[in-house]
Amino acid sequence: MSLEMMISLILKSLGQTGQMVAISGLLGSLIGLPIGIFLATSGRGELFPAPMVNRIIGLIVNATRSTPFIIMVVAIIPFTRFVTGTSIGTNAAIVPLTIATIPFFARLVEAAIREIDKGLIEAARAMGATPMQIVFKVLLAEARPALMAALTMTMVSLIGYSAMVGAVGGGGLGDLGIRYGYQRFMPEMMLAVVVVLIVLVQLVQSAGDALARSFDKRNRKN
Amino acid sequence: MTIQQAAARTAPGADHSAGVSAVPMVAFEGVGKRFGPAGEGGFTALADIDLTVARGAITGIIGRSGAGKSTLIRLVNGLEKATTGKVIVDGIEVGGLGEDSLRGLRRQIGMIFQHFNLLSSRTAFDNVALPLEIAGVDKAVIKAKVGPLLDLVGLGDKANRYPSELSGGQKQRVGIARALATDPKLLLSDEATSALDPETTQSILELLKRINAELNLTVLLITHEMEVVKTIASHVAVIDAGRIVESGRTFDVYANPSHETTRTLLASALNLPEWLRNSIKQVPSAGDRVLVRLVFFGETAFKPLTGRLVAELGSDVNILAGGIEEIGGEPFGSLVVSYSADPAVVARAEQFYAETGLTTEVLGYVA
Repeated sequence: MSLEMMISLILKSLGQTGQMVAISGLLGSLIGLPIGIFLATSGRGELFPAPMVNRIIGLIVNATRSTPFIIMVVAIIPFTRFVTGTSIGTNAAIVPLTIATIPFFARLVEAAIREIDKGLIEAARAMGATPMQIVFKVLLAEARPALMAALTMTMVSLIGYSAMVGAVGGGGLGDLGIRYGYQRFMPEMMLAVVVVLIVLVQLVQSAGDALARSFDKRNRKN
Repeated sequence: MTIQQAAARTAPGADHSAGVSAVPMVAFEGVGKRFGPAGEGGFTALADIDLTVARGAITGIIGRSGAGKSTLIRLVNGLEKATTGKVIVDGIEVGGLGEDSLRGLRRQIGMIFQHFNLLSSRTAFDNVALPLEIAGVDKAVIKAKVGPLLDLVGLGDKANRYPSELSGGQKQRVGIARALATDPKLLLSDEATSALDPETTQSILELLKRINAELNLTVLLITHEMEVVKTIASHVAVIDAGRIVESGRTFDVYANPSHETTRTLLASALNLPEWLRNSIKQVPSAGDRVLVRLVFFGETAFKPLTGRLVAELGSDVNILAGGIEEIGGEPFGSLVVSYSADPAVVARAEQFYAETGLTTEVLGYVA
């Protein structure tokens, strides 16, 4: 295989990985964020007390997270077909990726919000803030650095997960590595894929860290 | 806006002395608070609290940690709900308010905290703006309001600093400016100086005193430090194990403590030297000397009584500690002396106290 062919294959796969990670990351985080906020604020005596609902959602989140991803991909094929009209291809792969992202991100959001000093919530209540104002003006604002770190972690995990959706013909870098590198005995392709993935993860991590740092005003020195 | 303008707006035409009127700003009527289940499993935090907070005054509630003072102050703005009795703020019963009206009331009550509770993600300016944003105040109005508030607390040049760039005292000043943002009629202070060093504590107390006088703002503070109460509170209530054990004018309580807890709290404020505090015994052994605190105030403050006491008891009087300070604007002297525990000497001393009207308290015995 010529170098040009290899590069063109890698670029195509990189595009697919990018598409899957970006779309499922965005959708999953958007849905996971409110669920995480709810999990962190709906315990007994908290902002939106609903301990029963909290426990049920917690159970669903745990169940989803403990299902091995590759099994989930296969198990939800009917749902995937219902949503995208097909069960194979990059678009179809976005469905299980999104569903796996939601509980993952939700738990990270929950942890980020629980980190916030309860004194800040009390101060906001003493100012006459509504629970919604507390969520938007206090919790989300204060958790911003931690949320940014959570988003980075989610994106990095997604890059790993996206390698597995080759099983449903999702394409992407992982799929390329397996099909060419392993099944067609092209160690140079395997190596190239691994290097590209490493670089990709590094870039995502560095960008995420930089953003998180810029949000973080806790350790500023004069 | 200058302080004077702010004061004029908060209380038109009222001067400070006229501000202390008969209708209390806060009244607790038979208030009790229990946490947890009724009966065995629960915990009684407060019981039978009857207390009023005078309008325009600074009232201190003092007690050891766990005495219930945090719960008590949180009843005022409804952060905690009383189990029994009524908490009445400016004529409104807090317990009877729905969520919406409670939020309305909270916007009229400022609160400052031991750990400041500033948002780390907001600058000093934006922290002070927060209660105004919450109240839905127009952006332009907020902008015009926050600057003068920061000036008032002496942080006009720190508007764009984040809390992590400020010292503890500066953070509390931001906290105070934030608490004043919505022009409250009452300021609650929850151990506001307990995390600060003595010098910073004094400057924060001075600021609170100034705000109280210039804005005619009623202040209710809780603390475990007698020093704080002594410095700024005109009235004090002592709380112990969920009950108010003593209350009144700070000077009276200080000069004549009637409850054991008050005495203990006072003892730590007496500034007895470490070696002396550690060597006090409650039961004398042979050859020990009595340790007595003499208190001078009112009439006795101006008489040369110490010299006469020495003359009366012979040269056997040892002065160990003492000082003159100002409490509630009145001079208050205290002198710790020791003399022989011989019954004849003690009797002579007591007769002398009775004749002169000197207030005394036996602190214990020392070798």
